[in-house]
Amino acid sequence: MSGLTKARRRGGGAGWLAAAPLLLVTLIAFGVPVVVLVFGAFSVKGGGLGFDNLSATMKQPYIGALWSSLKLSAVVALGGTVLGAFLAQAVLTSRSGLLREAVLTASGVLANFGGVPLAFIWIATLGNSGVVTAALGLGSGALYNFWGLALVYMYFSVPLMVLVIAPALDGLKPQWREAAQNNGASTWQFWRMVGIPVLGPSLLGGAVLLFGGAFAAYATAAAMVGASVPLVTLQIADALTGNVLIGYENIALALSLDMIVVALLVMAVYLPMQKRSSRWLA
Amino acid sequence: MTVELRELRRSFGGTVALDGLSLTIEQGELIAFLGPSGCGKTTALRCVAGFERPDTGAVFIDGADVTRVPANRRDAGMVFQSYSLFPNLNVRDNVAFGLRVRRRPTDERHSRAAELLELVGLGGFGERYPHQLSGGQQQRVALARALALQPKVLLLDEPLSALDAKVRVNLREEIRRLQLELGITTIFVTHDQEEALSVADRVAVLKSGRLEQVAPPAEVYDRPATPFVAEFVGTMNHLPGRVSGETVEVFGQFLPLDGAAPGEEVDVLVRPEAVRVTPAGDGRAFILASSFRGSIARLRIQLDGGGEVLADVPGHEAVRLAPGLKVDVTLVERPVLTAPRTAVAAPVEPVA
Repeated sequence: MSGLTKARRRGGGAGWLAAAPLLLVTLIAFGVPVVVLVFGAFSVKGGGLGFDNLSATMKQPYIGALWSSLKLSAVVALGGTVLGAFLAQAVLTSRSGLLREAVLTASGVLANFGGVPLAFIWIATLGNSGVVTAALGLGSGALYNFWGLALVYMYFSVPLMVLVIAPALDGLKPQWREAAQNNGASTWQFWRMVGIPVLGPSLLGGAVLLFGGAFAAYATAAAMVGASVPLVTLQIADALTGNVLIGYENIALALSLDMIVVALLVMAVYLPMQKRSSRWLA
Repeated sequence: MTVELRELRRSFGGTVALDGLSLTIEQGELIAFLGPSGCGKTTALRCVAGFERPDTGAVFIDGADVTRVPANRRDAGMVFQSYSLFPNLNVRDNVAFGLRVRRRPTDERHSRAAELLELVGLGGFGERYPHQLSGGQQQRVALARALALQPKVLLLDEPLSALDAKVRVNLREEIRRLQLELGITTIFVTHDQEEALSVADRVAVLKSGRLEQVAPPAEVYDRPATPFVAEFVGTMNHLPGRVSGETVEVFGQFLPLDGAAPGEEVDVLVRPEAVRVTPAGDGRAFILASSFRGSIARLRIQLDGGGEVLADVPGHEAVRLAPGLKVDVTLVERPVLTAPRTAVAAPVEPVA
């Protein structure tokens, strides 16, 4: 064995040692729960392993909740991506540095806004007795449905998209646009042939993030709509806490496994695209 | 196709980038815009490309006023300073981009791209992506892309500045070869005087948005129109002199004046190659340092009366004319430019 190879091996060993604390935390925080979750999802009543729980999640009311969560996440991901990308582009191309700083700072705050406080803000504003509802004489219940929840989720998703897409938009070289113009391209042709394809992975990455955020969100929905909008996270909470149902803990674990599978499917689409084109904006 | 810049003025806030620039570039000519940073050379080029609109003045291409024509409707191909290839397209599609915009058939696009890639020496690179190419190769592709639509004018915005020295030399020769082969009117912006002098039919030296001189390279070097051009292009010695009628006295020699002198006590501007150095035991100067450059050696000589002078001697003289040697310094008998006297006479090295 050459000295260089030995040195590399020693270096590799030191690298693993340095990463050990992180790996240990990852194992405890993610690995163990996943193993428990998977084991629980396949544990059937009366002992033994089987697909009973997973089969149950493919029936009502669970499949409806899962479908509703998917729809809500898709709407939020699509709307948040489009609005966030346009907002980021508008801000980054504005001549006002102050506006840019203000919007990016506000996005940093709002993107992390969620849970019960977010629900309270919207209830106080557009709820049945909300300030705006009363002032404008709006009908009650406008907020407590699928689209109301989607609107509230957008409140943190759009700023999150602004933060995610801003660096990618900054990475678009002005020379690309000028080179396209120089070759006769209109603004739309530039975006269609160059801008959007180059930004594609970042847009998709942002959309995946928004999808994941909406798919996994619980507290806001629980505080705002309760059972009126069926969502998989609310179903999991009901099954786990036993407030409504008793002895359905393993169904909750099976629903969680369904969510993991959805997340893996989404990542399976995103990662290859991201890998292929990440070098473009390097 | 001729290009005419007529009284172009352009300001950015309080900064004047172009201050009444007028210039005509003849059909098939390669003109180099040369000048220090901020002199307006790139702004002038961008006015021709349509990326900048002059505050006043006009741009004519082949006699037509294109001042208000958008960039995507001008018939000008441009190569940018930084690599500007579209990263999501392979080399072939980059070259054929303009043809795709014009909805030309796929076969035509591919054959034209292949033809141009052969022309720039990159045949067989069509399937590669920009990140798989070196800087020089990327600029060759950019050149092919700029030529794909057979533009009336080729605009080169410091296309070699990001490249290694050796690649720069090769590529600038390649650009010149192509330009001559295609006979395309070309504007080449550079801050590198060697680049400008070596490829251009004419060199336009700019300063503060104004044209200082436009002339063939040899004339710009040998007969600079202004002290600025004299100092910017090549290395120049500033030697103290006294004007006497139509001549100026320097080092005890009387040299004819080239143009009017700015006063009686002046700086005489002399190129290092116009300085002759002779070993002399009782010489009035001595060699401070010697820098060997192959065919020549550049000597830094300390004058007894104070001040320094640079002299270029043949490379093979470098051993004989070693640092510490006492020498006599004389100047080649030829008309010289003068400039207002500076506080300390010292050679001015080129800025780029």
